[in-house]
Amino acid sequence: MYEFSYHKASSVAEAAGLIASHPDAKLMSGGQTLIPTLKQRLAAPSDVIDLSKIAELKGIKVAGNVVTIGAGTLHAEVAASKDVQAAIPALAALAGNIGDAQVRNRGTLGGSIANNDPAADYPGAVVALGATVITNKRRIAGDDFFTGMFETALEADEIVTAVEFPKAEKANYQKFPNPASRYAMVGAFVAKTASGVRVAITGAGPTVFRWNDAEAALSKSLTAAALDGVKASADNLNSDIHASADYRAHLIGVLAKRAVVALG
Amino acid sequence: MSSITISMSVNGKAVTAAAEPRTLLVEFLRETLKLTGTHVGCDTSQCGACVVHVDGKSVKSCTMLAATAEGAAITTIEGLAKDGELHPMQAAFREHHGLQCGFCTPGMVMSAVDLVSRHPNPDEHTVREQLEGNICRCTGYHNIVKAVIAGAAAMRS
Amino acid sequence: MTATGNAEGFGASVKRKEDQRFLTGKGNYTDDINRRGQSYAHFVRSPHAHARIRGIDASAALAMPGVLTVLTGQDVAADKLGGLICGWTIHSKDGSPMKAPAHPILALDEVRFVGDHVAVVIAETASQAKDAAEAVAVDYDVLPAVVSTADAAKPGSPLVHADVPSNLCYQWELGDKAATEAAFKNAAHIVSLDLVNNRLIPNPMEPRAAVGDYDSGTGTFTLFTTSQNPHLARLVLSAFVGIAPEHKLRVVAPDVGGGFGSKIFIYSEEAVCVWAAKKVDRPVKWTSDRSEAFLSDAHGRDHVSHAELAVDAEGRFLGLHVRTTAAMGAYLHTFSAAVPTYLYGTLLAGQYTTPAIYVEVDAVFTNTAPVDAYRGAGRPEATYLLERIVECAARDLGKDPAELRRLNFIRKFPYATPVALEYDVGDFDASMDRALELAEYSTFPARKAEAARRGKLRGIGFSAYIEACGLAPSRVAGALGAGVGLFESAQVRFNPTGNVQVFTGCHSHGQGHETTYAQLVSEHLGVSLDNIEIIHGDTAQVQYGLGTYGSRSGSVGGSAIIKAADKIIAKGRKIVAYRMEASVDDIEFKAGVFKVAGTDKQMTIAEVAFNAYVPHNYPLEELEPGLDENAFYDPQNFTFPSGTHICEVEIDPETGVTQIVKFTAVDDFGRIINPMIVHGQVHGGIAQGIGQAMLEGCHYDEETGQLITGSFMDYCMPRADDLPNFTIDATETACTHNPIGVKGCGEAGAIGSPPAVINAVTDAIGIRHMDMPATPERVWRAIQSTRLPRAAE
Repeated sequence: MYEFSYHKASSVAEAAGLIASHPDAKLMSGGQTLIPTLKQRLAAPSDVIDLSKIAELKGIKVAGNVVTIGAGTLHAEVAASKDVQAAIPALAALAGNIGDAQVRNRGTLGGSIANNDPAADYPGAVVALGATVITNKRRIAGDDFFTGMFETALEADEIVTAVEFPKAEKANYQKFPNPASRYAMVGAFVAKTASGVRVAITGAGPTVFRWNDAEAALSKSLTAAALDGVKASADNLNSDIHASADYRAHLIGVLAKRAVVALG
Repeated sequence: MSSITISMSVNGKAVTAAAEPRTLLVEFLRETLKLTGTHVGCDTSQCGACVVHVDGKSVKSCTMLAATAEGAAITTIEGLAKDGELHPMQAAFREHHGLQCGFCTPGMVMSAVDLVSRHPNPDEHTVREQLEGNICRCTGYHNIVKAVIAGAAAMRS
Repeated sequence: MTATGNAEGFGASVKRKEDQRFLTGKGNYTDDINRRGQSYAHFVRSPHAHARIRGIDASAALAMPGVLTVLTGQDVAADKLGGLICGWTIHSKDGSPMKAPAHPILALDEVRFVGDHVAVVIAETASQAKDAAEAVAVDYDVLPAVVSTADAAKPGSPLVHADVPSNLCYQWELGDKAATEAAFKNAAHIVSLDLVNNRLIPNPMEPRAAVGDYDSGTGTFTLFTTSQNPHLARLVLSAFVGIAPEHKLRVVAPDVGGGFGSKIFIYSEEAVCVWAAKKVDRPVKWTSDRSEAFLSDAHGRDHVSHAELAVDAEGRFLGLHVRTTAAMGAYLHTFSAAVPTYLYGTLLAGQYTTPAIYVEVDAVFTNTAPVDAYRGAGRPEATYLLERIVECAARDLGKDPAELRRLNFIRKFPYATPVALEYDVGDFDASMDRALELAEYSTFPARKAEAARRGKLRGIGFSAYIEACGLAPSRVAGALGAGVGLFESAQVRFNPTGNVQVFTGCHSHGQGHETTYAQLVSEHLGVSLDNIEIIHGDTAQVQYGLGTYGSRSGSVGGSAIIKAADKIIAKGRKIVAYRMEASVDDIEFKAGVFKVAGTDKQMTIAEVAFNAYVPHNYPLEELEPGLDENAFYDPQNFTFPSGTHICEVEIDPETGVTQIVKFTAVDDFGRIINPMIVHGQVHGGIAQGIGQAMLEGCHYDEETGQLITGSFMDYCMPRADDLPNFTIDATETACTHNPIGVKGCGEAGAIGSPPAVINAVTDAIGIRHMDMPATPERVWRAIQSTRLPRAAE
């Protein structure tokens, strides 16, 4: 790691002040992506602003049809939350399958989506469930939040504070982990929501995306058979030693079908 | 070089030391406190040789700044045995030959103890899944899995 | 050996003596060692696969905080240090010796792989050394590179070493070419197969590390290092690199976190640390991070082969012809030349009576990390090729793969193979029978049908392997080009109060020698385990040793201990005879007690030891004081562990995901000292074999020579949820030529398992061949290929 100065923020306001006054700083939540990046010397922030002790970023609330999860809530906490398990079981299951047990004990929802690794799991849930990302400045629709590989709609000094997940009638997430890294090589999140069937694909492309053809087919009939003949395009999908774009495209279809079957 | 003062409890003892902000928790344990039982086997947070407990939860100490652990209660492999008596999980690893070269062992044992806190009566499948974050190159995991199941039983009784 | 009823002795699954320290965080690995005044090294490594170094400007680095020095290949040359060596010399078909280009410990004028060592920065802290290493400005003239093994010798390929034409290190052959050609003329069937043995990165969990120290008061160097064989490290660093004469160089290999071959070798970093310690007059520590390990540890395997098997009408093998291209990487490494020759070609008879075998091996340099021995070393390559082509033969001929193997089994021992080995003993039917039983082979069709009903593809695959272990024998090894003898040494020292220290040259880094050797001594001398300490890994304590590799510790190292223990007994008999005023011939020894035959006079071995150290009135011309004996043991032959592995897989055809549902291994390791430990070795070996077959593969970018699989994010290490529980059993034919009847068990799992896996996967899909690793995409594509509409039928 390169040298940096360290700040432990005790409130969102303090963190926002720090990031505004240190333009080359990085925000760190659980650090499960940032620290490996720093160790590889792939980033050289002047300052690291630690968000992990900010109480107002933590916690899970269910009110009516909305599950609000603080940005600093650990994956392990989401996975173990009886409230999340009852309201959106697919979301709890997704959180319980991110990384490994130790990563889940440090990694946070806010950190995951703000980083927007193309192989992260949470973006699939945010998009498929039609969630809303809440920051210290505004509310951002899940559909508008993820803008590209490691890119989001966040401004430089904007901090994710929570995500509001509307309950879905049914939802399921199917993940095909990269055999080496265990990140999602392809993930398919299928949700029957108040606004219709939504299918979000993560891992396969530069960032999470909605699979419109599948949504159209499933809107007519929410059955695996409805996806027969619906093929994901391999154009613009990732291709690497673990999986070609063609294979990823194929897996999108398989996983989406399996998610539909699992919806019951 | 700027340094900061970091205080935490390690294996029940209060410690305070100066370190650079970029110091990882594992570096603080190994180099500052000379607790070399916690190991470093990779630089991508994959192998789990560095797993310790932070406030009772298993964490990869190579992927946490020492500064973040300010005020936390840390347990390392050195703090697991009490009064010279192996922890039941340590004893189970010995009984079932769940270790060979010993390098992954501290992290493996610390992960296993945490696993049992979440899954008090784990079956083989659960153990294998829950040990995803710990790589062993020697044992093929067969005896580790046996040891964790036996260790869990011993921890229940 | 006598059965003494010792509950801690031969054959008992004694819990390991070493576990207490490892389980409580009290292990002492190299990176745990800190010397007073220690400084830290960080290596500047080549970012290019091939480049000329036009110049190195270290001035900016030298000006950075904490930097003590920056050393380059020019400094190495100025100190007239030698380079690293390959310990075996292989000769080509035409009689010429292999090409062994210089391998300097820091590159002098050219770098030849990504990660090649260019310079070292030594600073007060590890971070400062790393910071400054980035400031060392190296002016590179980038040259064309070749990383493909198959392409390296082709006309027009860039040359890794300008003075090695066609990148050919050697072109070796073994066997009777004319007889093999004749066999093919008489064949009813010819089975041919092209296959690749994938390149692997060993990845012991402990990354390499070294601490060099220099005592200017005594002129003595000390090197703490992650080594499987500290004496060999001292020999090479003394005799070839020229750091210091052996009596002024102590090499200590403390606890070592796994090796699997990759820590046999002598590496640049350890040479540099110990050399630099004198230059900065401070201890110098280097610890590899995993990313460096990927780049700079020796890799394994990497063969491209074509094989043909001649078979008669009944299925008997008549002849085998193999052509292999084997990668050496950019430089020859400590053992690399021997691996694809004497550890490979010689094993191509396998368990079969094939009368004529001819193998040709071209070893090529490529712009990649050096390739050397990795668990199994040559024998997995031979077994994979043979067990794959035999499987193909069974499928081509429509025969049951188990029956075809049986038809060709060797059953008369000793058996001289057409490829230079003499198998002393074995019973291949026994391990095959037991494996078939444990794997429930007879009911496999029902399981396959049941899986098919669930939409899954189920397959079963065999591998009947044999390996040559127990390197030595020195006589044979020398004739084959080994630069050193490969005996092993042991010292058994009784202390006056009756406890025992045993010094062995076989380092333990996971194998459990501190337990199994103690069991051997306990059984042989009747001393309790608690009173026996095994000491290894320190040239200042241990007399000599060739180290741990090639599954040699039991058969060679253990036999050396028995030989030394026998000398203890002989000495004890003399002492007892003197004390009891009896004839030496009348002194019997059993279970720790010396008796005068036919009398009730006796002394325990502890009493004898005490007596040996208080010899007030020994007849000194005939009887020296002390009870401390040394032995060097050199076997007459290799040992030949063998066995049958059976793998059963189930494939999800929609995704290509393959699950091993059952893995059965029945091995004949001869006599077994500690079954618990032996099973553990088998489990670990199988996991690495399954890793090779399904998960692991090293990739370099063909264009740039960059290592693509440079971390655990991309290099797929087997994890707990990738593997099943294993079904393990043993059959036993004792080795005929060592005193304990053991053969060796450390590598068998990695040797036997890969072809069993691929045979199972290809069986499930219904294809003839698939290269390793059988990744989900590869499997899925293979399934697609079987479902393509047939053209113009």
